[in-house]
Amino acid sequence: MAAPCVSCGRALSARLSLTVRASLARRPGHWKPSAVDWQMGAGSQLLKLIHTTAVTTKKNVPASRHEVYTEDFIKKQIEEFNIGKRHLANMMGEDPETFTQEDIDRAIAYLFPSGLFEKRARPIMKHPDQIFPKQRAIQWGKDGRPFHFLFYTGKPSYYSLMHVSMLHLYLIGSRWLIKEELEEMLVENLSDQDYMQFIRLLEKLSTLQCGPAEEEFVQRFRRGVAIQSKKQLIEPVQYDERGMAFSTSEGRRKSATAKAVVYEHGSGEISVNGMGYLHYFPVLQDRCEQLMFPFHFLDRLGKHDVTCTVCGGGRSAQAGAIRLAVAKALCSFITEDEVEWMRQAGLLTSDPRVRERKKPGQEGARRKFTWKKR
Amino acid sequence: MAPARTALPRLLCAGVRSARRWPGFLRKATPGPAGPSGRMLTGAPNPARSEPQDDHDLQRKILDLPLKHSDFFNVKELFSVKSLFEARVHLGHKAGCRHRFMEPYIFGSRLDQDIIDLEQTASHLQLALNFTAHVAYRKGIILFVSRNRQFMHLIENTAQNCGEYAHTRYFKGGLLTNAQLLFGPEVRLPDLIIFLHTLNNVFEPHVAVRDAAKMNIPTVGIVDTNCNPCLITYPIPGNDDSPPAVHLYCRLFCTTINRAKEKRRQMEILYQLPSVKRAEDSGTAN
Repeated sequence: MAAPCVSCGRALSARLSLTVRASLARRPGHWKPSAVDWQMGAGSQLLKLIHTTAVTTKKNVPASRHEVYTEDFIKKQIEEFNIGKRHLANMMGEDPETFTQEDIDRAIAYLFPSGLFEKRARPIMKHPDQIFPKQRAIQWGKDGRPFHFLFYTGKPSYYSLMHVSMLHLYLIGSRWLIKEELEEMLVENLSDQDYMQFIRLLEKLSTLQCGPAEEEFVQRFRRGVAIQSKKQLIEPVQYDERGMAFSTSEGRRKSATAKAVVYEHGSGEISVNGMGYLHYFPVLQDRCEQLMFPFHFLDRLGKHDVTCTVCGGGRSAQAGAIRLAVAKALCSFITEDEVEWMRQAGLLTSDPRVRERKKPGQEGARRKFTWKKR
Repeated sequence: MAPARTALPRLLCAGVRSARRWPGFLRKATPGPAGPSGRMLTGAPNPARSEPQDDHDLQRKILDLPLKHSDFFNVKELFSVKSLFEARVHLGHKAGCRHRFMEPYIFGSRLDQDIIDLEQTASHLQLALNFTAHVAYRKGIILFVSRNRQFMHLIENTAQNCGEYAHTRYFKGGLLTNAQLLFGPEVRLPDLIIFLHTLNNVFEPHVAVRDAAKMNIPTVGIVDTNCNPCLITYPIPGNDDSPPAVHLYCRLFCTTINRAKEKRRQMEILYQLPSVKRAEDSGTAN
């Protein structure tokens, strides 16, 4: 609530006054112009400002202190700290040359015993760099040219970090050439060592900060890679004692689990838990839409034999579980494209729907009790 | 020749800074610390009375000599109409996007797409590159501005390679007009701003165009058929969307700036030889 406090001294650097003004003016409306009139111009005598505290005058906003320290002030503080350290060493009877920070802390704790519980409220004597917040150094040279090439953006360090991170952007989503592609490009035979050496060199080049010409050069040896979603797991093909190829897999739906064994060559017989599918699933919907759909989709209706076991769940859940198991097992006998088609058709996705629990205050999961007006 | 005559006052303005700021080229106060050219007077701290006079003459020679030629840095040889054509500089936007003030620079329209007149582009490009070279020769600060995210990285790299500055990020409000407050009281504003894309991401003119005009900072800008060339000092009608075109512009600017800086270093060495020798002699004598 008070006006900014100002400690006066001798001549001032114009830079400081306006840095202060800048920092104060950052919150518009909160800065009250002080009594001193800031005059610019070489040679005019100005009041020296060592440091200022700007306290906001708004009621609801907590007082935020924004202190600005000059380089001279910090330097003087460091000199005073060093002199004080030597005095302290003399007082304690120690050697001033080998007086470390721990010794200082012990000496201060001895000379100024404090019963305060809050450690930060006790007297401390630390190097000014640890007490005063870090200030930004002057960012331009004698001729006025700024040091950093992104100075005019206002946030040079942040944007240079963004700039460096962009270097590796072109490496994402692409892969190096494989040996065959490189041989094809160069029309020469290469050994594995040659290829590894080449890749190592390009990796090193891509990590260095280079110009656009080098980036183009490196990008010539990278090929785009289509981002694949979770790769479909294909079951391995096994062979039984008679030499027939088959593959097994599992499927789940609601609380039913099924294990299916699909033989590569067969006549389209499906046996479930030892019974024929006609007996086990008397309902047409289960038989056609669930059991036979994977085969029907791939046009392999009478070509595979299936033996499966299923437990848990109900009629429909068991049928769905068998369908998933059969589709997964079939993946080992078909081409990559057909696997992709099956995946897009939704045959290889396990149905996540389970029975929703009943909630208190309601009759079922969603159904509420009958609402009575009175 | 008209360009040289008009270039002279602009260059003088570019070099001059206000009296309360840095002692400029034209004001010789005290020969104490290193001057803007970075020369340190070695040897005796009290220079002889003839030295300041020589310095003044040398500065005048170094700075005035390039202004006597129309193309001192020979920027014409860096490009040709054919190279502009191959870099697809002549391709403009569709006729519906055309800006009214770009009509003088458009050669014609083919299948509803505007084609920029490369003869005019070549002459404008030559003027702009010549001006850039002069500014770089006089150690001006050059700022590359663009808000096109596709070429952001390339432009920042170009600026780094020339030793100049770039701003391809969000342009804060009072950056040029309120620089005293944002940076400090003794900040030096850019002496030339080069726009590789005059429009920002919402297809409006970049704020820096207007601000540079307000702060009397000369601008060079690549103006496409949908841009407004009004406030830009040296507009270059050309395509700003194709990668080959933007790569060509970056290469041209980088080459001219490096060339101009190299020339300046050579001139300083050439003209400094007698005065450096004299300073060394006086040092050894004392």
